[in-house]
Amino acid sequence: MFCFPAMGHRHCCALGPMDPMRRSPSPCPSRPSSPRTPPCEMLGYVGIEAVLDQLKIKAMKMGFEFNIMVVGQSGLGKSTMVNTLFKSKMWKSTVQGLGTPTPQTLKLQSVTHVIEEKGVKLKLTVTDTPGFGDQINNDKCWDPILGYISEQYERYLQEEILITRQRHIPDTRVHCCIYFVPPTGHCLRPLDIEFLQRLCRTVNVVPVIARADSLTIEERETFRRRIQHNLRTHCIEVYPQKCFDEDINDRILNSKIRDRIPFAVVGADREHLVNGRCVLGRKTKWGIIEVENLAHCEFPLLRDLLIRSHLQDLKDITHNVHYENYRVCRLNESHLLPRGPGWVNLAQTPAGPLATPQPSKVHQQAQEDSEDGDEY
Amino acid sequence: MAATDIARQVGEGCRTVPLAGHVGFDSLPDQLVNKSVSQGFCFNILCVGETGLGKSTLMDTLFNTKFEGEPATHTQPGVQLRSNTYDLQESNVGLKLTIVSTVGFGDQINKEDSYKPIVEFIDAQFEAYLQEELKIRRVLHSYHDSRIHACLYFIAPTGHSLKSLDLVTMKKLDSKVNIIPIIAKSDAISKSELTKFKIKITSELVSNGVQIYQFPTDDESVAEINGTMNAHLPFAVIGSTEELKIGNKMMKARQYPWGTVQVENEAHCDFVKLREMLIRVNMEDLREQTHSRHYELYRRCKLEEMGFKDTDPDSKPFSLQETYEAKRNEFLGELQKKEEEMRQMFVQRVKEKEAELKEAEKELHEKFDRLKKLHQDEKKKLEDKKKCLDDEVNAFKQRKTAAELLQSQGSQAGGSQTLKRDKEKKNNPWLCTE
Repeated sequence: MFCFPAMGHRHCCALGPMDPMRRSPSPCPSRPSSPRTPPCEMLGYVGIEAVLDQLKIKAMKMGFEFNIMVVGQSGLGKSTMVNTLFKSKMWKSTVQGLGTPTPQTLKLQSVTHVIEEKGVKLKLTVTDTPGFGDQINNDKCWDPILGYISEQYERYLQEEILITRQRHIPDTRVHCCIYFVPPTGHCLRPLDIEFLQRLCRTVNVVPVIARADSLTIEERETFRRRIQHNLRTHCIEVYPQKCFDEDINDRILNSKIRDRIPFAVVGADREHLVNGRCVLGRKTKWGIIEVENLAHCEFPLLRDLLIRSHLQDLKDITHNVHYENYRVCRLNESHLLPRGPGWVNLAQTPAGPLATPQPSKVHQQAQEDSEDGDEY
Repeated sequence: MAATDIARQVGEGCRTVPLAGHVGFDSLPDQLVNKSVSQGFCFNILCVGETGLGKSTLMDTLFNTKFEGEPATHTQPGVQLRSNTYDLQESNVGLKLTIVSTVGFGDQINKEDSYKPIVEFIDAQFEAYLQEELKIRRVLHSYHDSRIHACLYFIAPTGHSLKSLDLVTMKKLDSKVNIIPIIAKSDAISKSELTKFKIKITSELVSNGVQIYQFPTDDESVAEINGTMNAHLPFAVIGSTEELKIGNKMMKARQYPWGTVQVENEAHCDFVKLREMLIRVNMEDLREQTHSRHYELYRRCKLEEMGFKDTDPDSKPFSLQETYEAKRNEFLGELQKKEEEMRQMFVQRVKEKEAELKEAEKELHEKFDRLKKLHQDEKKKLEDKKKCLDDEVNAFKQRKTAAELLQSQGSQAGGSQTLKRDKEKKNNPWLCTE
């Protein structure tokens, strides 16, 4: 058995200036800072690979956590999609009754469930955003969402810098955000572009074409290409990000995925009988759309990406890249209140963290004075 | 700005929702394992024991390889630690193994400070990790973890009891690292002596309050084996890299005239148990204990020592950052104060010196004045005398001229008389004053 030098690790992100709009994750090759290691040949079986089993046992005992957020206008089938993804009634599909008024403000709702499969426990938190993009004036409608994401990072950071901290810090950070693009068939709308630009800097975003059963296969392809072109033009890096590909295998796999993003999905939580099999699908007069049939829609691809193959990767990127970016910003400007586009004044959050002490008020005053001075 | 209103239905008892089909997240542990494999593992072992107890040989035997290094001499002036890192690969698992060995432990005449280099080394590794964690831009996921995960403490096979050096060292180390005591070179002890020895050691450890590492028994899959192994501590091990033909197999063994000791024979020694526990069953647990218990303890102590504390419930975030700034200002203030003090002291010294010099100058001036005065007095006196003398001379001259005048008058009148008188004077030999 021979040895190799320790393999490469997840790329880290170098940060530019503070403006969240212009921050671009630039890949920097991360070399582990390890001492010179001579190769060693082992003459017999030692049993080091048993550590993998130990890891597995520990992980299964501790359970996993996954936090997902669905963003999109109402009526695009977000709740149904979540139910379909996790094959359970996460929550009732929201139907706007005749009596209920449309929500005037964006209210985020979170639901947490524990699901178990073959001994693996997963604590799943789904955050919904009803009211997004529903108002007449949707200016800055992304602020509550970005504020929520930042608040989760803040919570984690506060736990992390305690002197006496818990063994396992509860992870409420959003690992993945699914963005529902309405199936117009044309291209991304300005609201979509604005939102995606801001969101991709702080969280992993997976855009999907919602309600894709209203598009034919050819229309889907053209729509997809146009969306990809839009994303490229506006430098929006959706998940899986090109700069985080570790090695050649990753790159090949992820390129295939990137080619198909955004997935055209259909959600359904009712079962129907097709050719003797019970399948999830939507029944219409002209046929039954099978959700899990790749010829009908790309839901299986989305599910595989999110759950079966890249879940851990999503969590890792959130922890190693997005959270670290947030931490750097926060530690650098902890004496100022967060300002600028995309930031929310967090002073009213329940955690109440930003009661500014005396010195920073002085700073703030000084900055305001200097700003006033600059306007002359 | 729209306020965020989060309706959370979360709590300790989250609803468990039944699944209507196969979702597929049972591959999660595999995903996690694959990620860890691609990152590689690292494991750091510290071997503490007197010179010549077979530390290097045991490491060679444990990992089935020959690590480079020459045996240490007994003449080291103090305890040093020697650290080597190796890359091992088994099927698809890469392990970065660091072995730290004490050199010169127990060789000195005065062993009071023998434990200090070891404790300092362990603390230095924790410190390095803490520094990396506290950095603003950090790369924790690719940081080479050098914290010691397991400490194998080699006990000399005397057969009696623990040495006091052992007790002291283990007591100092038990809160910083996972200690696994082992009896080295145990082929020197007979079976009956060994059981007595083990009982004595465990009772001494307990009575002195030394916390050695207990294999975890909370997980059912390993509880049983760990439980039984806990009872066999400390392990009596023998190390050997020589292979001998026993029966029809090649085995690691040591050959004596009276028999052959097989290393991997459980009836002969506990080497197999040690390998099982250390590597095959509990490696991950050792790493986790180091991180979540020992490192956290170190971190807590260090931060409290630096003056940070978690402030009360309605507190500001980043008490770290603000405390740091406050401390920094305090420190700057102190610096300034010190600077002021020093400046004042300097000014004072200068003043004093100046005063002294002035004094001296004044004295000199006085002296000079005095001398001058003296000189003037003298001069005056002399001038007076001179004047006196001049007066006298003048007076004398006057008298002389007067006398000459008188004489010249007298000589005209009674010149002959004077002549006669002169002649008489001349003739009178007694009056001649020539």
